[in-house]
Amino acid sequence: MSAVPHDVAHGHDHHDDHHHGPTGLMRWITATNHKDIGTMYLIFSFIMFLSGGVMALTLRAELFQPGLQVVQPEFFNQLTTMHGLVMVFGAIMPAFVGFANWMLPLMVGAPDMAFARMNNWSFWLLPPAAILLIGSFFVPGGATAAGWTLYAPLSVQMGMGMDMAIFAIHIMGASSIMGAINIVVTILNMRAPGMTLMKMPLFCWTWLITAYLLIAVMPVLAGAVTMVLTDRHFGTTFFNAAGGGDPVLYQHVFWFFGHPEVYIMILPAFGIVSQIIPTFARKPLFGYASMVYATASIAILSFVVWAHHMFTTGMPAKTQIFFMYATMLIAVPTGVKVFNWIATMWRGSMTFETPMLFSVGFIFVFTLGGFTGLMLSIAPVDIQYQDTYFVVAHFHYVLVAGSLFALFAGTYYWLPKWTGYMYDEKLGKRHFWLSMIFFNVTFFPMHFLGLAGMQRRVPDYNPMFADFNELATVGAFGFGLTQLLFAYVIIKCIRGGEKATAQVWEGAEGLEWTVPSPAPHHTFEVPPVFEAKGHHH
Amino acid sequence: MTNNAALLMKKTVQAAAGLGGIFAASATWAANSKYNFQEPASRMAADIHDLHMWMIWICLIIFVVVFGFMFYSIYAHRKSKGAVAAQFHESTTVEILWTVIPVLILVGMAWPATKTVLAQKDTTNADITIKATGYQWKWGYDYIKGEGEGIAFVSTLSTPRGQLEFGEYPGENYLLEVDNPVVVPIGKKVRILTTAQDVIHAWWVPALGVKQDAIPGFIRDTWFRADREGVFRGVCAELCGKDHGYMPIEVHVVSEEKYAAWVAAQKQKSAAPAAAAAQPAPASAS
Repeated sequence: MSAVPHDVAHGHDHHDDHHHGPTGLMRWITATNHKDIGTMYLIFSFIMFLSGGVMALTLRAELFQPGLQVVQPEFFNQLTTMHGLVMVFGAIMPAFVGFANWMLPLMVGAPDMAFARMNNWSFWLLPPAAILLIGSFFVPGGATAAGWTLYAPLSVQMGMGMDMAIFAIHIMGASSIMGAINIVVTILNMRAPGMTLMKMPLFCWTWLITAYLLIAVMPVLAGAVTMVLTDRHFGTTFFNAAGGGDPVLYQHVFWFFGHPEVYIMILPAFGIVSQIIPTFARKPLFGYASMVYATASIAILSFVVWAHHMFTTGMPAKTQIFFMYATMLIAVPTGVKVFNWIATMWRGSMTFETPMLFSVGFIFVFTLGGFTGLMLSIAPVDIQYQDTYFVVAHFHYVLVAGSLFALFAGTYYWLPKWTGYMYDEKLGKRHFWLSMIFFNVTFFPMHFLGLAGMQRRVPDYNPMFADFNELATVGAFGFGLTQLLFAYVIIKCIRGGEKATAQVWEGAEGLEWTVPSPAPHHTFEVPPVFEAKGHHH
Repeated sequence: MTNNAALLMKKTVQAAAGLGGIFAASATWAANSKYNFQEPASRMAADIHDLHMWMIWICLIIFVVVFGFMFYSIYAHRKSKGAVAAQFHESTTVEILWTVIPVLILVGMAWPATKTVLAQKDTTNADITIKATGYQWKWGYDYIKGEGEGIAFVSTLSTPRGQLEFGEYPGENYLLEVDNPVVVPIGKKVRILTTAQDVIHAWWVPALGVKQDAIPGFIRDTWFRADREGVFRGVCAELCGKDHGYMPIEVHVVSEEKYAAWVAAQKQKSAAPAAAAAQPAPASAS
């Protein structure tokens, strides 16, 4: 198929809204069109989101009351591990790549991603990786139960499910690196004439920086898990003191990947929210340049804070103090972003459609996660929070209420552009309120559990923790069921509804709103003329 | 059924109260609260608790100010109220202000935190040194220096099987009780060396303000000085496999006299089998 738009020599106006080439299943298998690939990424990540969700609900069912009722400890540990791996590598990351695929070419005025065929390959690596990962439940010994962090030497003890997880991570890492290279090249080389870097939509900026983070750290993760693999099978002793190795080395390497990774999962979310708030405040984004610098600062700082995940491993005092200070510093650019969003809202003319609700909800709950993050940065106190439910609460506040809420916001925001129809606003709002309430019912009590002394990753607990666990389980099932409503709203919108205009939202600005809704199969075969309005004059 | 619903209601209300409670009732930790850290039993734990509350207060103030602005804006700057959007979009002064002020606030957090780190890391001049070794899934203890030197035992979960399988209602100390607790005297600096046999474990007793990973092949250390008597319970905090949730830690802080008596009893216990084995030897020698 020749969906590589550069090859299309003739005029664009009679040829751009149709798909040419294989149809049916082959259309998707051989897809090189950024919109098709974006759609596949989004569907894939939603399936993984539901799979990881079912695992989470099984965990919560077991934790509903003390004692073992639903699953045994070994399987419980497999579920905690796989819930983390599936959500991080299967749901959140591919979902953002899906947004990048769909929206970056439309936002910079490019006909497609720079490497359309590599784009196909980056996506189609994911399903085999997912099959390896999920399939590991069914091999002897079951899936890996070493926690999503796969700490050695525990991960060296695991059965063959661990090897499958390692290979899955290798494949997903390769996919991410290819996706990231594609994004960097597209943004740097394929912007419409007139769109200088400092005039790009902020979503492009956050993804550009995220892509560099991905290229920098995915190989580090691959290295860490490869060392586990060779320790397991080929007699090396990277993480075994008896052979001159050190178990803590694994943690250093893992978290050198792991901390930039958390920003990989949140920076594109910042980008989405920075597109949505100005639209619904009908006011340009406040402090565009400082938003760019803040994003870059966060990315750079993310490379020098990794050991704050390891305060209890027993580091020298000065090392602890260095990592504590560096971590605290991240609060500054993160704060700047929050202040800029609120300043954008200030004296705007706001309406609260679902994308705006999710964005404002994002600012509110994400910032709560930011506060607990700041508390966790204080090394001597972190020693008491570490590996308790306080940490579980913290990272779900930034990953669910942060990344996931931003993904929901972005979905509602661009859905009319994707489908050509408006979604059901009433149901969308209901989805927001139910998500918001159940999210807090689930995760707020976990702060208390952690402070009172409940450790992470256990299937059973003392009765003093019973009531908050019960509450969290009720909330979790509510949250899970609410996401079926989300699926329903999406399907309903794909099937039809009120016709969307090209502009869709009154206050929306940017090149993606200059193409019809739904966006034709091929767009911007001739580069558009970009005139910056709003933030720069 | 209605009973359950009522119970759930009650718990929801309690949780909501707790939300306020964590902030409101925070200045004192007079009683063990289920919404906050356990009541400290050492100076270090008290310092950690104070630092934690200091952080909560600062965050609470920032929270009120920042979201005060946001929610006011949400309330007032609505299109439905006829608000017309202003078009301002940058201000270097404001940007500098909200970069510098957070930095100053951070300094106010970093100063006390740094002092506590230095204190935490000072494991010198201990009165008693105990080595805690993590095994899948139990703890081994060796008293290696100070009063009680030479005492060694293994400490395993003692919650009865019937409770574990949930045939009986779990007892008060379900999963937090052991057969052989660690016994230490009040007011003495106790240094804990941690290591492990197989995978990484972590030795954690919240009320004493201590958590230290136990790493196979390496020795790390931490310390505490208990300032009140009592039984303090903790758990392994690092995922260590199947029975990670079943290797608790129990520390009994006792008076110096009681500690001396305990040491004597332990010595006698370990001497008894040794003496029995050695019995024939002196007979033939003399």
